[in-house]
Amino acid sequence: MKSIADYLTLLGHQVTERLVLLGAVFHFLFSIFFMSGTCLRRPWLVVREIYFVGVFSLLIITVAGLFVGLVLGLQMYDTLERFGSGDGVGMVVALALVRELGPVLSALLFSSRAGSAITAEIGLMKATEQLTALEMMAIQPLARVIAPRFWAGVISLPLLNVIFCAVGIFGGYLVTVKLLGVDAGTFWSQMQNAVDFRQDILNGIIKSVIFALAVSLIAVFEGYSSVPTAEGVSRATTRTVVLSALVVLALDFVLTAFMFRGF
Amino acid sequence: MNRNMVDLWVGFFVALGLAAVVFLSLKVANQSSFRSAPSYDVHAYFTNIGGLKIHSPVKSAGVVIGRVTDIQLDTNNYQAKVSMALDNRYRFSVDSSASIITSGLLGEQYIGIEVGADDTLLADGDNIEFTSSALLLEKLIGAFGLNQVSGDKEPVDE
Repeated sequence: MKSIADYLTLLGHQVTERLVLLGAVFHFLFSIFFMSGTCLRRPWLVVREIYFVGVFSLLIITVAGLFVGLVLGLQMYDTLERFGSGDGVGMVVALALVRELGPVLSALLFSSRAGSAITAEIGLMKATEQLTALEMMAIQPLARVIAPRFWAGVISLPLLNVIFCAVGIFGGYLVTVKLLGVDAGTFWSQMQNAVDFRQDILNGIIKSVIFALAVSLIAVFEGYSSVPTAEGVSRATTRTVVLSALVVLALDFVLTAFMFRGF
Repeated sequence: MNRNMVDLWVGFFVALGLAAVVFLSLKVANQSSFRSAPSYDVHAYFTNIGGLKIHSPVKSAGVVIGRVTDIQLDTNNYQAKVSMALDNRYRFSVDSSASIITSGLLGEQYIGIEVGADDTLLADGDNIEFTSSALLLEKLIGAFGLNQVSGDKEPVDE
């Protein structure tokens, strides 16, 4: 028979455990910031990681962006045409992509394409004691291994986001103008009327930068703190994808509430 | 791993990203927020601004000549004080009138300026004296409904 005190202890234990984890994550983030000098002195380290993280994600990002734009164009045109405002489809496609779909979908794709790879790589380096070996050679793994991957993610994701948006809008253009016969001039002018650079595009890029920080941090943290076994690495990889998706969606709501409220 | 190869691809990737930003800012967005033409501020008092918002356009003869910059309730007379920045190229006489107009039946609202005949021109910080407030669709429908009821002499059910 458990008393109320036992349940309270259990609750308190759960809360402090999570707080400690959160503290560890932020301590890790600041350690990365402090160790980033190496990345500036040897930019090649970051460039190489951008190649793995960004360039290899290009294919899935462009294909996904194109198809999201195509489908969005089709669906929105179909719905808007019921109200006789099918001409506004360019505006809807552009706003939806730039404000929400671009940052969120590119972050989700990025976390499953690149975040998982980063976690698996770092986790495997830990499991095979490569990180310990680096420390033995007086090389900080945080500076040499973790920070370049973190910054590569932070640089790559916003770029992937704008590529996603541009390709998506092009997809919307293809399907509505070329296929459904919306006038090209109307398509672009409606879009330009509604989309504001600072309000929409810059806010979308800011969102994407914040998602990039979150996703990259989760990826390197999960890899660095994974249990150094085969099972531990696989668990860490899964956790990276799931946690990134949840954090991105939650952050998106908060950011949207701050950015687009009451305008 | 060939270093030149990696550099080439990363360069391509970054160039693609920058091209996408240029595309989004030039082709997709309007450039109104880039261009900050020299402007002067004028104010106008309205009894009701309807759905007017900050950044709503100010038009004269259909041409956008400025933007609404600030909306406040003036507690001296309990009217809405609307500040707007007008393009320096366009000058209006002091007896010009401002009215809040809705584009289309349910479209966005903007301030329309009808030019007056006076020789003196509006300067920075001046007030527009002649204003007419927004036409509220709800009030219009209410008045119309009231008219219908009171004008209708015959009983409804017969």
